[in-house]
Amino acid sequence: MNMKKVNSSKLVQFVDFSIKNEFIMSVYVILLGFFLSTVLLYLVGLKPSVMYNTIVQTITGYDFSKYRFNARYIGTWLTNSMPLILTGLSFNIALRSGFFNIGAEGQFIIGLTFAQYFAFLLPPVMGVTGIVAVIIGALFAAGWGAIVGWLRGRYQTSEVVLTIMFNYIAFYFSRWFSQKYLPGANSYRADNFPQEALLANSWFQSITNGSLLNNGLFLVIVSLIVYHIIMEKTKWGFSLRASGFSPLAAKFAGIAPVRSAVVAMAGAGFFAGLAGGIVYLGSFTFANVIRAQDQYGFTGIAVGLVSGGSAIGTLLSGLFFGLLNAAAPLMQSRGIPREIATMISAFVVIFIALSTGIKLRLGQWVIKAKNKEKEMD
Amino acid sequence: MSMTFIQTFLPLALTISAPIILASMGGLISEKSGIVNIGLEGLMGFGAFTAATTHVLLESSLGNELSITIALILAMIVATILSIIHAFATITFKSNQIISGTGINLLAAGLTVFFAQLIFNQEHTKPFQIGMKGYTMFHIYPSALIALIVILLTWYILNKRVFGLRLKACGESPQAASGAGIPVSKMQYIGVLLGGSLAGLAGASMVLTQSIQYSGNFINGTGFIALAAINFGRWRVGGVTMASLLFGSAMTIAHMIGSSSATYIPREFFLALPYIITVLSLVFFDYIKMRRIGSI
Repeated sequence: MNMKKVNSSKLVQFVDFSIKNEFIMSVYVILLGFFLSTVLLYLVGLKPSVMYNTIVQTITGYDFSKYRFNARYIGTWLTNSMPLILTGLSFNIALRSGFFNIGAEGQFIIGLTFAQYFAFLLPPVMGVTGIVAVIIGALFAAGWGAIVGWLRGRYQTSEVVLTIMFNYIAFYFSRWFSQKYLPGANSYRADNFPQEALLANSWFQSITNGSLLNNGLFLVIVSLIVYHIIMEKTKWGFSLRASGFSPLAAKFAGIAPVRSAVVAMAGAGFFAGLAGGIVYLGSFTFANVIRAQDQYGFTGIAVGLVSGGSAIGTLLSGLFFGLLNAAAPLMQSRGIPREIATMISAFVVIFIALSTGIKLRLGQWVIKAKNKEKEMD
Repeated sequence: MSMTFIQTFLPLALTISAPIILASMGGLISEKSGIVNIGLEGLMGFGAFTAATTHVLLESSLGNELSITIALILAMIVATILSIIHAFATITFKSNQIISGTGINLLAAGLTVFFAQLIFNQEHTKPFQIGMKGYTMFHIYPSALIALIVILLTWYILNKRVFGLRLKACGESPQAASGAGIPVSKMQYIGVLLGGSLAGLAGASMVLTQSIQYSGNFINGTGFIALAAINFGRWRVGGVTMASLLFGSAMTIAHMIGSSSATYIPREFFLALPYIITVLSLVFFDYIKMRRIGSI
């Protein structure tokens, strides 16, 4: 009898602890995503162990089927994580200011479009041109985001619908602009970039056995630090977060709502735009005329939702989704459709959507169970 | 001029507009019940994939008409089943509608191609021989007729039936509706599932009239155009229909121009036009609203 009581109260404590801890919830959500994918693979007659093997191989660089270490897998993992960390930051800075940024996809596109354009335009300086081009691209993307922020702040137009529309406007704008203004452009590519405009880093390449890991890594690290400092340590970040918690209270405290909206969405645009430039100047030697949206923006939503909003959380969450993206081609080569990576992201997003309701119900259950225990005493 | 207009532009515009109309009517019903579904794009993908797969597998044994009918019905069923996820998350669990809709879109991007790989060993479905057959010499597809029926039914149900009034009450004021004895959750479930089934039908008719196979990038924003049409049409059946036809026409012009260098106005402009118009109209109406309240 006594034993049983201890057990039940431990369960209550465990549930109580879980639903109040964002990090633990994120871990559960990811585990659930993996669980569902594993079940699905079993049901269709594929081996889930292959999926886990490729994931371990991507993290450790050690190929268990051939007993060989190859650092390129780790480099590919980091390369895949870089844009996702940035689109995750893009989603987070908007969310913590009270806005839902579905527009990272479009901001990504504006960033890559102008980064590519300026890669040809800027004077060639080894190691500098590429980074400057990426930053200029990101500034254009910040402007693109700021338009939405201004419309949201000034006219109260839903930023969700606006950003969805802006995604497609950006996409068609980019196709038109790239075909018209990039040198040697046809309907899918343009000339090779000047050597100086590439983000390639020969030292990174040599230590990761020829992966595409590039100077974008520095931009990602700086972005994470800047995000942390702005959001947690400055007045700016405080007023953004205040507007996110309670727009009305923030307004009465003298924080201009229009300016918060513009700053938040410009910041979101800047991070997503950086991601675009890094992918297209880092992983390609020629300029692209994009043919489809890359889904970095939408996966960024998943990254942001799992991260819980902090810089360190975004880093971890970006590394996780980057891992899935990096492992996907390996899975494909071993007979598991690569789309399983997208599906795990989808399951995670759906579980996060459900988690609000689950938390609410579990919370009620915890209160009830605690009350019952009190009565028993 | 007018003859070529009737023979080429009109049938193509109707073919391209029909899926937009179907999806936007679905989205409209859902939004009227109070649940926004940005997963329309994904549900269209599920519908298109289901229809293309069914038609490829049944076409030779059942014949064109029967196979297409079954494909359309199955597409609606599959999309309805998947929209249960959205309904459950947003109605029963009161979760964020945007997060849940994004999840549906991601799921469609993954799951459809995943099953295409399992069934056909490639990243798209096998091509079918003949899709929907057009009526008359102008090749107007049955999908246009289906869209017309759906428009009339939606208008009739939303505006002339008690059911429609109750559905709208749930969207406009759930508390009041609940107080009047309307089962709000049940009505919203019906709204979301009906919307999902129409989105599935939209995807199916799109793949059966505009392509011979489904690939991961096939829907390419049509679901979001439908969302735009709902907003630009100011949430009224007539307005949404006109908006869908306008956006369909813009896409038709882009389709007919073909390459971007052929004309003075680039092709991409017409492709982006639906989104630009929607942004301008949303801002315009919100500006009017702010003026009326007096905060500008």
